[in-house]
Order: sequence, then C-alpha cells, then structure tokens
Amino acid sequence: MMFVPGNNPGMMADAHIYGPDSIMLDLEDSVTMAEKDAARLLVYNALKTIDYGTTEMVVRINPLNTPYGKKDVEAVVKAGVDVIRMPKTETAEEVRELEAEILKVEEEIGAVGRTQIMAAIESALGIVNAYAIATASKRMMGIALGAEDYSANLKTNRTPGGAELLLAREQIVVAARAAGIACFDTVYSNLDDMETFRKEVELIKTLGFDGKSIINPRQIEVVNSVFVPTEKEINKARAVIAGIKEARAKGSGVISVNGKMVDRPVVLRAERTIALAVAAGVISEEEAL
Amino acid sequence: MRNTKLVSLEEAIRRSGLKDGMTISFHHHFRGGDKVVNMVVDKLAEMGFKNLHLAASSLSDVHAPLIEHIKNGVITRISTSGLRGTLADAISRGLMEEPVVFRSHGGRGSAIASGELHIDVAFLGASASDELGNACGVPRSENAKSICGSLGYALPDARYASHVVVLTDDLVPYPNLPSGIRAADVESVVVVDSVGDSSKISAGAIRDSKNPRDILLAKSAAKVVINSGLFVDGFSIQTGTGGASLAVVKYIREEMIARGIKASFALGGITAHMVKLHEEGLIGRLIDVQSFDKVAAESIAKDPSHVEVSAVEYASGQHLGSATHALDIVILSALEVDTDFNVNVLVGSDGIIRGAIGGHQDTAADSALSIIVCPLLRGRIPCVVPKVTTLITPGKSVDVVVTEYGVAVNPERPEVRERLVAAGVHVVDIHDLAAKAGSIIGTPDPLPFGDKVVGIVMNRDGSVLDKIYNIK
Repeated sequence: MMFVPGNNPGMMADAHIYGPDSIMLDLEDSVTMAEKDAARLLVYNALKTIDYGTTEMVVRINPLNTPYGKKDVEAVVKAGVDVIRMPKTETAEEVRELEAEILKVEEEIGAVGRTQIMAAIESALGIVNAYAIATASKRMMGIALGAEDYSANLKTNRTPGGAELLLAREQIVVAARAAGIACFDTVYSNLDDMETFRKEVELIKTLGFDGKSIINPRQIEVVNSVFVPTEKEINKARAVIAGIKEARAKGSGVISVNGKMVDRPVVLRAERTIALAVAAGVISEEEAL
Repeated sequence: MRNTKLVSLEEAIRRSGLKDGMTISFHHHFRGGDKVVNMVVDKLAEMGFKNLHLAASSLSDVHAPLIEHIKNGVITRISTSGLRGTLADAISRGLMEEPVVFRSHGGRGSAIASGELHIDVAFLGASASDELGNACGVPRSENAKSICGSLGYALPDARYASHVVVLTDDLVPYPNLPSGIRAADVESVVVVDSVGDSSKISAGAIRDSKNPRDILLAKSAAKVVINSGLFVDGFSIQTGTGGASLAVVKYIREEMIARGIKASFALGGITAHMVKLHEEGLIGRLIDVQSFDKVAAESIAKDPSHVEVSAVEYASGQHLGSATHALDIVILSALEVDTDFNVNVLVGSDGIIRGAIGGHQDTAADSALSIIVCPLLRGRIPCVVPKVTTLITPGKSVDVVVTEYGVAVNPERPEVRERLVAAGVHVVDIHDLAAKAGSIIGTPDPLPFGDKVVGIVMNRDGSVLDKIYNIK
C-alpha cells in the first residue's frame, strides 16, 4: 500500500504506474490545515477521473471529531473509493460511528455496502482494543499499525530493530487473524537505507502481516521480492495441492509429499502461496489450477 | 622567417579576409560555459561587420548577447543544431528576418563536407594549442583551464573552412600532438584569457537518478534492449544523458555481467557511466564526438582506446564510413512522439524552440534499433500526441517508444514486437498511449502560431523536413 499525499496532483496522477497493490491517498497528516478543502477536492476528482486500473484505492480521512472528517467521508464515498482508512482508531465505537457516516452517504447515492473500512491503530489503547476494532464492522477489511504515533504514545522512539513495536505488531496480526481480516504494517521512512527496510519487511512477513505500507515507489521492488513466492516455493505448493487432490480422490485425508506428511495447515499454506503468486502476476490463474 | 600565426583576435579577423555577408562558424564543446562566440561576435561588431551568417554546431542560453547583434544587423542568418534560453525565445517570437536553419550533427558535417554549408572563417576554441595551431580539447599542461575532451563537432569546420582561427587559453610548446585540429588547416592562433567557464563546461560527478519515474522508464528501456535480439556479445550502443538514459546503462550493465556479454563500442556523447563500463572491460572502445562530463574528458586524454571522431565520421548520412552505420542500439529522448512514431526534440509544447536535433535524426536512421524513452506526461504536458508540433526525426527511423504506461513498437518492426511480447514486456498500441494522455489531460488548445517562418528543419540528407512558425 503506497501512501500518496492528497495535495500533490503530480504524484496522484501516476502513482499506479509503479504497480503498488493499493494506493492510499492521504487527506490527514500530509495535508496542512489550510489545504484540507483543496486536497479533498483534488482527491475526489482523482478518484472520479483517473483510471487506476485494478489498483485498490484507499483514502485516509481526517478523524471524525475534526471539522474535516465527515466532509472527507462524503466526498470519497461519492467518488467511489474502495476503502476508507480511519486514522488513530482506539475503540470499536469509533468504527461504528464511521460506518454510520458511510451508510448515510451510500444511501443518498444508492450504493449501500460498497465502501470498506481499514482501521489504523496508532496508540496503546488502540492496541489493547485491537480485536474489538477488527470485529466492529462487517465493512472492516483490515487493520494497520501506525508506528510513529504509537511509539510516541508509548513514550519511546523508533529503532532500526523495531523492538518497541513487537507487541503491537503481534497483537495486530493476532487480532486480524482472529477476526478473519487482513493486516498491514507501518511505513519505513528512510529511503536511503534499503537494507534496513528489507530486514523490516522480512521481519513483518515472518510475523504474519499481509503487506507493508510504503512512501515511495522505490520501496515496491523490495516488498515484492520478500512477499512474492519464489519459483521453488510455487512448485512445492503445486506438488502439495496436486498430492491432496489425488488423496481426496482416493478418499484419504492425509498424504505425504517428498516423504513429508501433508496435513491441513500445510495445504492452507500451499493454497496461500499460489494465491499470492497469482495476485503478484508471477503465474496466471490458469497456471494456478 | 619564423611563424607568424600567433596574432591578436582583431589581426586574425583582418587576415582572414572576412567580408560582410560571409559565413563564420563555432563549435559548442564548451557548452554552457562557452566564451568564444560572444567574444568573437563582439569583436566583429566593434570592427563594423554586418550581415554575417553564424553557423554554430549548437547555441545555448549563454549566447543571449547575440540578440543585440541580431538587432543591430551584425548577424542576419543562423545555422545550428539547437537553440535554448532567451535567444531561442526571441527567435521563436520572430526576432530574425531569415529563418534559422537547423541541422543534425551528422547533417551539418555532411553539409560542410559537400560545400552546401560553406564556412568562410571558423573560430574554434581549444583547451590547448601550440603556436602552429595543433589544437585539442584535452589538457596538455598544468595551466589547462578549459577542458572539454573531444572536439568532434569542430573537426569538419577545421578541415573544410576557407580560413581557420584557433582561440586558446593555454598555449603550449610545439608539438601539441596528437591533436584533432591540425596545424596544416589553421591560419591563425589567438591566445585569450579564457575560452570557457570550466564550471559550466561539464558536469562534475554524476549521481544516479532517484526519480522513481526515471527508474521505471530506465528499467523498461533496459528490458527492451535486453530482449531486442541485438543484445549479444559484441553489440554496440549509444545513449543520451538524461536521468533515464543514464539509468538504462546501469541496468544493462548488470545484465551484461550476468550473461557474460561485452559490447564492442559505445558511441556519441560519452558519459562517466560509459567510461566506467569501458574501464571494467564491458565496452571495448569509446567513440567520442563529445565528452559530456569531467570523467569522460579525463578518460579521452589518457586512454588510447577512447577515441575522438569528427561529426562526419560520427554520423554523416552521406559517408558510409560513419560510425552510426555500425551502431546496433541507440536510446534517445523526446519532447514529443506522435502516433506515426515521428519525434520532436526541438520545439516545446508552447511553440518555443527549446532543444537541439543533435544526433537524433542520424542515430535513429542508421542504427539497427532506435528506442525513444519519454514519459507519457510531463506535468500537464502530454508527450505522446496525435501529431508532433515540429517534425525532427521521421517515424520510419523510430522503432520503439518506451513510456511509463507501456512500450509501443513501430508496426514496421513486427519481429521486435514479437520478441518483446514473448519476454513479457508490456507492449501497447501507440494510439492507446496518445488516447491515455488525452484522457488524463484533455486536448490542449492549438498553439498561437503566426505566419512568419522562424526556423527550417533540415533532414540529414539535405531535404527540408519541416518549418517552424513564429509564436505570438
């Protein structure tokens, strides 16, 4: 998910050409108070006129308790955004409040249920309430960590190793999995240190995250190289799926591939590998069958 | 009697037999730091010359003082490869009565060699010269001040002009050999304080572009090169100097190492990137008509396999011996490309002249594969358009156009298209690219051109390709 300032038309016009899975146009922290209205209008028109292809479009709105939040919801829902990202989410109640605002606009334009929600959790209270937030709405498609505010709230600093984020990251993955939704990690802002960035992406993949937030197209290649399955992984997953199909045809639940027992979790992982490879365009849907 | 070539500028002009209405010439190897054109034309004005034809290999913003000399009738005709800055702006608005004649570097070389463009007196700046006129662009003493490397664009002038004046700020003892400009061709040598501002002659250390769009374009262009069918051991290549062109070299280098492929030569304007590959053993020879940066200028001074060539040897269409005929791949930029693959590198989308033909026409026509790298949009300006503002390089010379929205292949090159599609390159129809640009930006209002011809674009074979009208 690539963050793009909502007040920069040049960046908004062609953010999708770099191939991010999703684009988050930002109306919140990257836009100054004086530019909030102009940015909202720009984002509305970008969503209406630019052909972003299959890229998932997310808009980060201002909190509902600011003078801008409700206007942001109205504009982006009318423009047909895929996902609204709610900043600084701390309670399930806030999510329900946003859901009500979205519904109001959707009813007005006759498109009920179209807009999904992503909650950014950026405080200790939000982390404590992570599962409640993740399950607060049927529209909730994922939760994400916002590390800058979170580490400030913890009264600590961000470090290259990310020790201060470990609990929050694990809590978000666990809450998302328990709720059956996606989870996304925070941004890494030093563009001159791709090595540390790569280590961080490897760490969050190991922790179980579905993806990483990025601030520059140059980071896409690193994220893809960590997340996109290798040919070896794809072949192994294919062997597992072929084996289980054969076993099912014979009425058996457990099989072995290359001498290793294959049970349900292994099959699920294999299916996930193939799904990721298809999503990343490494193999086609036909090849996945 | 001892040598009498060493004279003042005024004496050199007097000796040259220059008369009103004649043609004088200059090279542009000192780029934005050039002091020779302004110094000489100031002197000619002071001496009362009128109605001169100035034939330079190129002109840039530093030559803005020419505006006054055009207004007072000292210069009434200009031939050049390019025009930039306030001079270009004034000419685009109708400053001159006679249109400027634009030729490619190869086209200029051919025209000089054939006599179509006859030069009466050439005023050629040099980094070093001896008192007989053996002159070069590389340092030959500790006092060298204005170093430019190759003097390739000056060599046709030196050879074919009726009278040659060398200007240098570093007079060295005879023999200043080897040198591109040879004493036998030179009539006068003038020592001046400075022929160029070294800080503006060439870029210092070049940095890799961090612009994500340049990187995307470069990776795409590299993928085209690698899968073109021409990327085999012994291939040859030429690239421009924009951020994307320089970055292409980086990605091609990685693939050359991975596949164990070496290039036989790199051609044209030589940059530090090319010197690096050459020094790593990845490129056999550097054939240098213009050294773009300090590293290239230093390399040509010391490395015998880094050679200077004249504009004629580089890119003349009329001489089958020119290097472009042996060139496999060229990577070029563009201001505009149209749906017939025609390219404009000279006139901006505002109708104002802001570029140079350079070797664009020559290398596109002669190379086995020409690749244009150009963003679909520059801010609010569309770069793939239904019709170019000014025709510089005809579409029949252009094989592939690389944009951030996909790669278009000239329908005349189906075999290239097939190879790129097979390699997974995102190949699109050029009409779709133009439509995409239109859908994002809309259709621009037509430019407010007047009916006065301010420029004539020559093809490299001496025919007229297009006319540039004044902008209101």
